[in-house]
Amino acid sequence: MRAPRWMRALLGGYGVLLMLLLYLPLLAVFFASISKARYLSFPIRRYSGDWYGEALGSETVHVLLRTSLLVAAIVTVLSVVLGYFGALAFARYRWRYRTLFQKLVLLPIFFPQTVLGLALLMWFNAIGVLPSWQTAVIAHLVWIAPIATLIIAIRAYGFDPMLEDAARDLGCSDWQVQREVTLPLLAPGVVSAALFAFLLSWGNFPLSLFTTGADSTLPEWLYAKMVSGYSPLVPTVGMLSVAASMLLIALAAAVLALRPLFAHGSVARSGSNEPPRS
Amino acid sequence: MSARERRLGALCATPITLFLALGFLVPLLVVAAFSTMPLKVFDLAHVPDFTAFAEVVRQGYWKSLAWSLGMAALSTLILFVICWPLAWAMVHVFTRFTLVITVLVVVTLIVSENIRLFGWSLTLMKGGMIEGMLRSWTGYGFDGLLYNVPVIVFGLVYVYFPFMLFPLVQGIAMVPGDARHAAADLGATPRQVLTEIELPLASPGIMVGGLLSFVLAAGAVAESKLLGGQAVIVISDDVETAFTYGQNWPLGAALAIVLIVVVGSLALYALARLDLDTVMGRGER
Repeated sequence: MRAPRWMRALLGGYGVLLMLLLYLPLLAVFFASISKARYLSFPIRRYSGDWYGEALGSETVHVLLRTSLLVAAIVTVLSVVLGYFGALAFARYRWRYRTLFQKLVLLPIFFPQTVLGLALLMWFNAIGVLPSWQTAVIAHLVWIAPIATLIIAIRAYGFDPMLEDAARDLGCSDWQVQREVTLPLLAPGVVSAALFAFLLSWGNFPLSLFTTGADSTLPEWLYAKMVSGYSPLVPTVGMLSVAASMLLIALAAAVLALRPLFAHGSVARSGSNEPPRS
Repeated sequence: MSARERRLGALCATPITLFLALGFLVPLLVVAAFSTMPLKVFDLAHVPDFTAFAEVVRQGYWKSLAWSLGMAALSTLILFVICWPLAWAMVHVFTRFTLVITVLVVVTLIVSENIRLFGWSLTLMKGGMIEGMLRSWTGYGFDGLLYNVPVIVFGLVYVYFPFMLFPLVQGIAMVPGDARHAAADLGATPRQVLTEIELPLASPGIMVGGLLSFVLAAGAVAESKLLGGQAVIVISDDVETAFTYGQNWPLGAALAIVLIVVVGSLALYALARLDLDTVMGRGER
């Protein structure tokens, strides 16, 4: 039952239109970032890259970058560790409270993030912890670790438990099974979970808002500038932040594309569902 | 369910369970405790008197709750209508383009929603990309398109687009091709195939997508601030104000509890009805 030609063309056009709309605002930010004028107005008369120089030279931006990077890096490592084991419990092993556990993991994702941030602020206050970038790491983790779990779980659903059993029958210890079979098979999921964790933390605003205390992340600073009036640095710094994310994605894509060149030996490492050779 | 799996499952679940217990469940209890405190206190060492909830009713905060829920419901409905044809095409019509769309949508997901909404305000404002260009080409201008309710709903639709699209794709992919073909062979019209076969069988995806976009939109605040220019006050905005300018934590906590109860009961209801193994793992083993 193949869709008729006119229908395929119509749906294709619809898809293209939606994708264009999806990127339209980023185009506006891009044009704003290269406008020379201090007060933006379209059509743009004179273009200049000066604001980029100013943004890159600004001490404030450096501090923001450092904080955002630090938070995102720690969130990435911790959420991958939590998510890896979480995913095994979520998808791989049959155990008693599994369905309850699945719901607990999903619940934070279905939760308004602003409220989550406030709840954590009250909790930190109640136990006498002063908010700073460290508490923001906790806040990001509450939302991002479950997402990492889900991403790795999708991978864990797809793999055949017989592989682990076979390795065990051949005399592997629990630890060896993990290292030689489970981890290599889940590796692609782990990589995408890490990528997502980093990017979601890097771009997150609602969770940071209440939990960073005196520190500030890049999205927070941008928001503060946006609501307090136009500043030519906002589109520029925004564009730089987007460019950094895109660069990371491109890097990851390049690594994935080039991986077959480096992969040799273990079949499991290439992610196919065959048992590893010893 | 071997003894080994039972043991390993519980063991692997422990770290994240402990973390979420301390970082998610306990904070919610703290919010609940705070909401019962007398107004304008900053610790829990007081006798609960529930004045904050009385204040919520008295000050007419139900209006912002109604706006939030109404706009969330409307944007969810619009999202479903917009996303269904695209999701359907991604499963049944497009081949390479499906991957392209997936990548493009995922990439926008990682751009901070602030920046994307800011982009829309640059696009829609007076002297912005649309109005400014139109005026320079035709000589006719108009007031900007910002600062009203429809633009807030538009912002919600835009930001939560991926949260509807991907679950729908997953849901539609779960509909067996055989069922569609059989129905068509037995004389069902395309409309009947849609309403009798595809919609019911894709319902887990529809439920997840609808729930995600509704819940996230109900708690959203950036859209109404950056695009709506406070044309209406949403509930999250009230919560935020109570905590910051108002310095009234119990009031903020009570407002948050109202939102949490509405959103949380919806989420729990839907999650309870959903078989996650089927949705995520595509079928039983």
